[in-house]
Amino acid sequence: MTAFPCKPALLVALALLAGAAMAPAGAQSSVADGQKLAFDRGKGNCLTCHAIKGGDLPGTIGPELKDIKARYPDRNELVAIIFDETKRNPQTMMPPFGRNRILTEREINAIVDFLQTL
Amino acid sequence: MKQRATILFGSAFVALAALAFAATRVVAADKVDPVADAKAFQNFFFRKFPNVKHEDFVNGPYSMNEDMKRQWQEKEEFPPYEFALDAGKEMFSTPFKNGKTYADCFPNGGIGIRQNYPYFDTKEGKVVTLELALNRCREANGEAPYSYVKDEMASLTAYMAFTSRGKPMDIKIPDDPRALAAFENGKRYFYTRRGQMNFSCASCHVQSPGERIRAETLAPALGILNAMPIYRSEWSGMGTTSRRFVTCNSQTRAVPLEPQSDEYRDVEYFLSYVANGLPISGPGARP
Repeated sequence: MTAFPCKPALLVALALLAGAAMAPAGAQSSVADGQKLAFDRGKGNCLTCHAIKGGDLPGTIGPELKDIKARYPDRNELVAIIFDETKRNPQTMMPPFGRNRILTEREINAIVDFLQTL
Repeated sequence: MKQRATILFGSAFVALAALAFAATRVVAADKVDPVADAKAFQNFFFRKFPNVKHEDFVNGPYSMNEDMKRQWQEKEEFPPYEFALDAGKEMFSTPFKNGKTYADCFPNGGIGIRQNYPYFDTKEGKVVTLELALNRCREANGEAPYSYVKDEMASLTAYMAFTSRGKPMDIKIPDDPRALAAFENGKRYFYTRRGQMNFSCASCHVQSPGERIRAETLAPALGILNAMPIYRSEWSGMGTTSRRFVTCNSQTRAVPLEPQSDEYRDVEYFLSYVANGLPISGPGARP
């Protein structure tokens, strides 16, 4: 016991270190997941309607997804659009991905992480 | 107390306003006017695509731009529906076991009549499509009915459409409240959103014709049935109007109805009626 007098403090420090090291990796993998989900035909399938950098054969129904951070500084707005855009625009073609459970909350958040890199 | 009275009065006012609104809506909904609907429907597309010749709308996505049109013209030189057409012609002229033929079931021996289907049968009180009439003809002559979605049914309707090419769609709505109700029901189905994707038929084919979903160009709703049946590359084969409805529903993750269910028959009635005047172009070929 006496050999490690500051054990709790050390643990906290270790945890913080690990956290700091993990955080960027976590964000990275969320962006990669988000891109995968956005391009997956069975999931977000965003390319069906939107042009997105890095995606082949985009559709033309929606606007190109670019400069997202400048256009939507508040990520909650993006989450809301993906969750159910019919709330804002009843005529929209955009499927209500959250409301109709095409995507989970976690998946929507990952896609938003990816969109914010565009 | 005073506050409560205000709230009560306020809600009564809102309720009254809602009632008044509902009442005017009911009056509007009571007046089914297919003639005005068809005119508005056609004008919508004519204005949206001022450069497309009216009779070209029956060529679906191929009417939407010059590139697509060239693709269609090339395709028509060796049309992929030709096998079905030849098979249909032979089936049509081959007698049933009782010696009768399809020609005995239809006006004008079944030749050049595609533009009159579907029609409203005032005896039955329902819409009768060409596919339905063909299977009824078979059953009346002791033959087993065909699948509604492809193969033999598509071959037979391909031949019947071919003999009617160029004839303007000519759907009648008899003076019968049930016919108007069928039209209205088809229209409602067409414009109602459904399924996990929350699309109506109109989302794609009225709001977005000419746009692409991935590489595929969406067809305009106007004239979409004039080209039936179609050879669809995506299906690697022929499909009927029934097949088109079923796959549209399942692709948008909605629950498809049974082929030739009342609602599908009503949709076909509505969509065909609003295309009145446009030529029959079937059988068609689509990507």
